[in-house]
Amino acid sequence: MTFNTSSLPQIGRRGFLAGASAIGAGLLLGAGTARAATPKTGGHFRIGIGDFKTTDTLDTTSNDTKFYNISQFILRNNLVEVAPDGELIPELATSWESSADATTWVFKLRQGVTFHSGKTFGPEDVIFTLNKHVAADSTSAIKPFLKSIVSVTATAPDEVTIVLADGNVGLPAILTVPAAAMLAEGTTDPLDGNGTGPYKLERWQAGIGASFSKNPSYWKEGRGHFDSVELIAIADPSARTAALVGGKIDAYNQVDLKTVNLLKRNAGIQILSQASKAHYVFPMNMTLAPFNNPDVVAAMKYAINRQDLVDRILNGYGTVGNDQPISSAYRYYNADLPQREYDPEKAKSLLAKAGMSGLKVELNVSDVPFSGATDAAVLFKSHAEAAGITIDVKRVPDDGYWDNVWIKSPLCASRWSGRPTEDIMIGGVYTKSAVQAGWNETSMQDDQLDQLVLLARKELDETKRRQMYFDMQQIIHERGSANIFAFANFTDAASSKIAFDTIGNDWDLDGFRAAERWWFA
Amino acid sequence: MTVLTRTILTRIAASIIMLVLISVFIFFAVDMLPGDVARAILGSSATTEALAALRTKLGLDEPAVWRFAHWAWGVLHGDFGTSITTQEPVTTIISFRLGNTLWLAALAAAISIPLALALGIGSALWEGSAFDRIASIVTLGAISMPEFFVAYSLVALFALNWQIFPPISTVTTDSTFLDRLDALILPAITLAFAVVAHMMRMIRAAILDVLGSPFMVMAELKGMPLRRRILRHALPNAAAPIINVIVLNLAYLIVGVVVVEVIFVYPGLGQLLIDSVAQRDLPLVQAGSLIFAAIYLTLNTVADVLAIAFNPRLRFPR
Amino acid sequence: MMTTLFKIIGWGLRGIVVLWVLASLGAEFVAPYKPNDIVGQMWNGAFWQDTSETARQVLGTDQLGRDLLSRLLYGTRNTLTVALGATFAAFAVGIGFGFWAAIARGRIDMACSRVADLIIAVPTLIVTLLVIAAVGPSVGVLVAIIAVVDGARVFRLARLVAMNICAMEYFESARLRGENLRWLMLHEILPNVRMPLITEFGLRFCFIFLFIAALSFLGLGLQPPEADLGSMVRENASAISFGVLAPFFPAAVIAMLAIAVNLSSEALVRAKRRA
Repeated sequence: MTFNTSSLPQIGRRGFLAGASAIGAGLLLGAGTARAATPKTGGHFRIGIGDFKTTDTLDTTSNDTKFYNISQFILRNNLVEVAPDGELIPELATSWESSADATTWVFKLRQGVTFHSGKTFGPEDVIFTLNKHVAADSTSAIKPFLKSIVSVTATAPDEVTIVLADGNVGLPAILTVPAAAMLAEGTTDPLDGNGTGPYKLERWQAGIGASFSKNPSYWKEGRGHFDSVELIAIADPSARTAALVGGKIDAYNQVDLKTVNLLKRNAGIQILSQASKAHYVFPMNMTLAPFNNPDVVAAMKYAINRQDLVDRILNGYGTVGNDQPISSAYRYYNADLPQREYDPEKAKSLLAKAGMSGLKVELNVSDVPFSGATDAAVLFKSHAEAAGITIDVKRVPDDGYWDNVWIKSPLCASRWSGRPTEDIMIGGVYTKSAVQAGWNETSMQDDQLDQLVLLARKELDETKRRQMYFDMQQIIHERGSANIFAFANFTDAASSKIAFDTIGNDWDLDGFRAAERWWFA
Repeated sequence: MTVLTRTILTRIAASIIMLVLISVFIFFAVDMLPGDVARAILGSSATTEALAALRTKLGLDEPAVWRFAHWAWGVLHGDFGTSITTQEPVTTIISFRLGNTLWLAALAAAISIPLALALGIGSALWEGSAFDRIASIVTLGAISMPEFFVAYSLVALFALNWQIFPPISTVTTDSTFLDRLDALILPAITLAFAVVAHMMRMIRAAILDVLGSPFMVMAELKGMPLRRRILRHALPNAAAPIINVIVLNLAYLIVGVVVVEVIFVYPGLGQLLIDSVAQRDLPLVQAGSLIFAAIYLTLNTVADVLAIAFNPRLRFPR
Repeated sequence: MMTTLFKIIGWGLRGIVVLWVLASLGAEFVAPYKPNDIVGQMWNGAFWQDTSETARQVLGTDQLGRDLLSRLLYGTRNTLTVALGATFAAFAVGIGFGFWAAIARGRIDMACSRVADLIIAVPTLIVTLLVIAAVGPSVGVLVAIIAVVDGARVFRLARLVAMNICAMEYFESARLRGENLRWLMLHEILPNVRMPLITEFGLRFCFIFLFIAALSFLGLGLQPPEADLGSMVRENASAISFGVLAPFFPAAVIAMLAIAVNLSSEALVRAKRRA
């Protein structure tokens, strides 16, 4: 089989290096280069989405795919929005303030906003939406963060007051996630797409696609430029690439990092890469042998070459991790923490000290947690050989990975897509309450950490709060058993016909808001 | 009652019993698999509490036998239930995808069966000739390429490089005949790659096998020309294995096309079945599996009946 | 003239394949690198594509920067062992039950046929998942699953062709002579249905090669980083869209092996028929 390579990008070593340096430059520029241009309206915008299920609905209390999340932001608005620069800005709430102990929150609501159905947005919708999440039989993913809500009441026609049992400075940030999108009072049908957002629902076929048409009376100025938007579910990364190159879609997320440098050479395509909160991790369960021995855990952390993994698994589209879950995309990232380096000799001596020289461990892996996980495990195996550690890579079935392998086996592969706040990331995964919630993949139980999480949640003083989160990162870095080796960039590809302003880095595709923020140049 | 009618009747009865057995087997097999639909819906970040709540809501706490009985009762009344996850009727979800699957299978069969027959008969006619050998090597080469590899290569050449056909095969309920044809050419060719070789080689072997039997030797001694010997005498006698291989491949075209569906983003039944197994959405798994099983059993019965019809000795057993 | 040419090509191809298989058997001595060592950047080109000094790999490197040629050699040996074992297992199961059903007819035939139908009609995925959940993934389980799943398909063919023989006079007379089942199977049926069965063997072998790769996402098959040809195509497949040949080489090796096995099986049948 021969290929006419004239129009296909060619690969060679020189090309690879050129590509690599180009990425470096892109990273230096940071979060999206602003393109000064006046948005144009019109056009049919098609997005290929890699993460979807045949079970996707629009029910805000029972879904967790990107297809669903992006649809929420196409159809609905939240009380609070994350601006591209990461600041919290008003959306359906015009302003908010809390009591000194962060237990009572007053949200002023925007006036004159209507749902697609014609209903006017008011306090009763906020009350309905939030109560749905905290109800006793709720299956909501954000219930754990909202469950300290004591009451939600309308204190004026344009005002809602939320009372919490325990103070939480992070409440507005929690309200930015797609699951917290505002529903019209009385919404029960999981396929009802009624909202206040930029587009209306036309068609919903779970696992296949969805289409939306412009909401002519959208309240937000300078947003929602397309005439219509279509989401197409495309599971295979190569098929997403082919669809974009072949002009069947205009943008897609989760670019296949194996081939991204080959794709980059296509002049009709732009690669959008943003430093993100998503991290890749080999969690060690510290309640299970041999990781109940802190020296073994430390040895494993020195036996991994993080840079090599970023280079080969992420193709440079990411940054090295430092065994703690907070990246530079968060507000309180602790950059002062010394970077843990690959040091097989040190790993060896730690094992000798623990009397565990010639350690053999099994690493259970599949490509479910992240694409390239099996390859990452194979690389880790080769890194650890230098430290005298034998890692038995065991490919386990994709099916049921989260149920059978994750948390249950001493060492596996995992991925976190990041959380709106440090509190949710650390408090939700590394504490005793996270053990009960079934999220604590390392089974870390540290009294000091738990205490800091609770204190920081109520601390209104910025400096003190920052210090607390810095301390927490240090505790996880030093005492935790999460081998967090990389932060993966959000990497999207778009046709060069697409234009945009600064791109947000809270989620992929411009904070899931590409349909609202982008336009055809 | 002739052997044929009796065979047909017993096979229909057997097929119904088999469908029942299959539905029982699949229900309990999927139910026994670790993981459940609650986890599938809520994703990896679900809390233990939320999982428990959803299980109660969906009635997963009920004993499996009870849930099966409930489902079976519905089916007997023509109700295949609603998807556990989307609450849509299973029939609505499946009919669109089943139509798509049959469309693709029909197109692939229309390309591959005539091709396989022509190549198979041709290579038997001219055994050992250049035609025979080239056909052998080309089809064997094609069959050894994994489907996804063939698909990627075809997309790279015909969709991206020369831009003749679309790279993905998105269809909607209001696609026209020509739209569909255009969208489905590449996936159909990919499938043809996978099945032509098998059919062609079995056809060739079956004919050559019959050529060696005494009555064909007799025909040869009588001076009958080769072409006539093959088309009039060998072909009907070789019908049983030929029909068998065609039917097996037809079944494959309907049931086994998941990879092609994924790569060409074609909303067919195969992908739905895989997804619903992964999500443990039992009503969907059951309906999908039963459709596939029914298609296979029907084709299978047709093959066996035709085999008997073509062989007089089997029609009048001792 | 043409026929001679093709004969030469055919024998040449088989010669190359024999050499290649011999090389893979001695991979430890022949392969330029260890199969799992990382020796370069990802997807270095083959020697004619990439002439820079740093590229020292004959066929370039794979998606992790491992030497492709070395992995092909080791992969051929690994996959060939498993695939041949599984194909033989499937044929033993399929032919045994197929002939038995054809000879015995009646209830035994009905029972065997319906079980085979059941196996083919139930989605392989569900059966495989269930088996893995029960006993865990291993190479033995892989071979067993293939023996059952592909055996059912072989059964259908074996039974069909045997039924035609069973309707023949010479078979009837052997039966009346009082020959036992074993004799009937091995001496009356088998020699007369070799052609379709050997053809099927060659093709099943190809399918099983690919099936092994397809099952690897279930965790069945060889464990990484062990090389197997099907998985090598799979892991590198996305690169073919960009003209990178890494997935083409393992696919070509599979094709060569498949063509050689099929040509040989055919030659075998021809020789037997002439004799």
